Amino acid sequence: MREPAALDVLSRRGLIGAAGGALVLPEVALAQPRRGGRIRVATLSSSVADTLDPAKGALSTDYVRHYMLYSGLTQFDGRLTPRLALAESIETRDRVLWRIRLRKGVQFHDGKTLTAADVVYSLMRHKNPLTGSKVKSVAEQIAEAKAVGTDEVLVRLVSPNADLPSILAISQFLIVKDGTTDFRTAVGTGPYRLKLFKPGVRTIVTRNPTYWKAGRPYLDEIELIGIPDEVSRVNALLSGDVQLINAVNPRSTKRIGASTRHAILETRAGLFTNLAVRQDRPPTGNPDFTLAMKHLMDRELIRRALFRGYATVANDQPIAPTHPYYLPGLPQRAYDPEKAKFLLKRAGLLNVRLPLYASPAAEGSVDMASILQEAASKIGLRLAVNRVPADGYWSTHWMKHPLTFGNTNPRPTADLMFSLFYKSDADWNESGWRNARFDQLLLAARAEADEAKRKQMYGDMQVLVHEKGGVAIPVFISNLDAYDRRLKGFGTIPIGGLMGYSFAEYVWLEG
Amino acid sequence: MTTTLALILRRMGAAVLTLLLVSLVVFTISSLLPGDAAQETLGQSATPEAVAALRAQLGLNEPAPLRYIHWLGGLVTGDPGRSMANDLPVRELIASRLPKSLLLAGLTAAVSVPLALAIGILSAMFRGSILDRALNVATLSMVAVPEFLVATIAVLVFAVKLRWLPSLTLVPEDATLGEMLRAYALPVMTLCFVIVAQMARMTRAAVIDQLSQPYVEMAVLKGVSPTRVALTHALPNAIGPIVNAVALSLSYLLGGAIIVETIFNYPGIASLMVDAVTSRDMPLLQACAMIFCSAYLLLVLIADVCAILANPRLRGQ
Repeated sequence: MREPAALDVLSRRGLIGAAGGALVLPEVALAQPRRGGRIRVATLSSSVADTLDPAKGALSTDYVRHYMLYSGLTQFDGRLTPRLALAESIETRDRVLWRIRLRKGVQFHDGKTLTAADVVYSLMRHKNPLTGSKVKSVAEQIAEAKAVGTDEVLVRLVSPNADLPSILAISQFLIVKDGTTDFRTAVGTGPYRLKLFKPGVRTIVTRNPTYWKAGRPYLDEIELIGIPDEVSRVNALLSGDVQLINAVNPRSTKRIGASTRHAILETRAGLFTNLAVRQDRPPTGNPDFTLAMKHLMDRELIRRALFRGYATVANDQPIAPTHPYYLPGLPQRAYDPEKAKFLLKRAGLLNVRLPLYASPAAEGSVDMASILQEAASKIGLRLAVNRVPADGYWSTHWMKHPLTFGNTNPRPTADLMFSLFYKSDADWNESGWRNARFDQLLLAARAEADEAKRKQMYGDMQVLVHEKGGVAIPVFISNLDAYDRRLKGFGTIPIGGLMGYSFAEYVWLEG
Repeated sequence: MTTTLALILRRMGAAVLTLLLVSLVVFTISSLLPGDAAQETLGQSATPEAVAALRAQLGLNEPAPLRYIHWLGGLVTGDPGRSMANDLPVRELIASRLPKSLLLAGLTAAVSVPLALAIGILSAMFRGSILDRALNVATLSMVAVPEFLVATIAVLVFAVKLRWLPSLTLVPEDATLGEMLRAYALPVMTLCFVIVAQMARMTRAAVIDQLSQPYVEMAVLKGVSPTRVALTHALPNAIGPIVNAVALSLSYLLGGAIIVETIFNYPGIASLMVDAVTSRDMPLLQACAMIFCSAYLLLVLIADVCAILANPRLRGQ
């Protein structure tokens, strides 16, 4: 029945390579890891909403905690390629029906062996509204998952999607034990076991001696805390109370750079803050007005002044240069007030007065709004900046006014980014942009088997969003982590800071 | 004595009534906050159907008066409900944080109250002297510097540069006394900066007021030493205003410690309440507000009782 040539195969000896192998990080390959030691890690957020349930993970602290305690079917490497983890092989012929064979002998922290039932439960629970899953809309693509024997799972999708291996690597899809509903403790198959969890206070994990990757992890114990105040976080690092922090403000890089004991790591992952120009109402829906706003973004100034160079100039489309499907060669849109003035004049909108909503909730948006307001006033367009508190911003302001700022975390696949934020009927279609051609391409790309054709389709979508979309994306903001130099094996996985939140299984302490 | 007891009982009755009113105000105001727990939990990813499902699960669809009555009933029977953010019992969350706040407040009080009294009495005794003026300038500048600045500079000097003290107040369960004192040194110092000045100024004023009374003049004429005059004659009469100032300052240590809790990453009850506000976790928020209010009323009550007991003239009234 099967024709091996027609199969997309992720297998151990396949092109994708083994999960247990080293990351594509020179440092990791060179140095010899050492066992033992304890570190304390401080992230930027921690509150009573902290959770041990991967489905509910909402913030970096949650993702880090979940990657310590649980494993996924796949995981990302340094180039965002999904590699096999709990899955031993993933096969599909039509990108609708997927056969996932599980690694044998993997044990949960309580000694139970991983079976197909655990995987089925972990995948299907996202579809239940009562789970409160953050990826419910993504999980809707899964029509059915069923166990075949104890170590094989058949997943049937609603429609073809070649990205399933990538989707399975994101933290919400980590594998929990069959039937788990009480997440006051965590029983996973991850590199560390839970020792203590106090929401809003701390998480302590200890090395899992029966981790399925032989020899890993290296540290004996990790304590994870949250220090929301950035200055305090940097101070805690510099005083030696913590060994690793994330979300460093570019302003602090000088202080950290001055310390011989510490270093900074920049991850260009594709986080961005964007201006959403509502397309579904006048006057902002006028294409000339939208284009004028894009030309009013002084991207270089934003990169230099707001982020001290720790950002990459973006081009009004959401796929970052670090992404495998990034389309190089798209002409860069420049800061051009004259052209903006011409466009606004042509649209007859030079004299409108519009409110612009910015909030600390969208990183850097308040300053971006000021820069935009300044540029607009030079050509006679009056924008009134409404600075609103971070508290409640997403539910009360975002997407609700003609001009609001949004903030988008990197997504592992181009499909997720486009499906969540740009598809005509997407819940977070921030600008209310509708484009039939784009929607068509998006669905076709999911099903496309030929990698080159697929890449081209994503390229075409980037062109469409760049030219016609309703969002202005000035820069991609780098994630800055800082760490104690004795911590080795620390690198980047461009899905977010802290090695794509999964540093725990890679790092070790120098003797 | 019976009149004192009656007075105390009357005050407690008034306190309960105040608490009831506060509960109503807290409930009303907290429901005026934009957004609800369902929206905040889902954050940027709040799709209408996800919000509706979560709302139903959290019981947010009930009308407000009904929710108030349920909550109040629970509060009276000692069960303030479950946290909406993480589904743990509110009682459990508070039980893990309140002792920490009380410990920090207790340590700060143990340092700051004697210090403030000493400063106040000394400057009253040597009114107008260099010492008095120096203490005045010192306490006033302490209260004038915002605590986040004090805390940050203290961390920079003692933790980052000198590395004598930890920058975070993380006390493991099995900490020794020495470790504990080291961990608490910076936050206690910062909080003392804030509250010593007010108490010291109040003490000084009250003692000076008494020192200018005829009975003190009489005592001085009889040849009583200045120290004895201040401590055994003037001070007992000045207790009333002093304990009130102390109570007001100490009431700040529970809710007002938020900045110190933030900077030193100390898991107290003030940061719990701020978390509750941001996640619109109403049961937790309301429980915290009630605790702050009760603590305040309790401190004021204690201050009044102390003032009455210390002053025979008030006792009879």
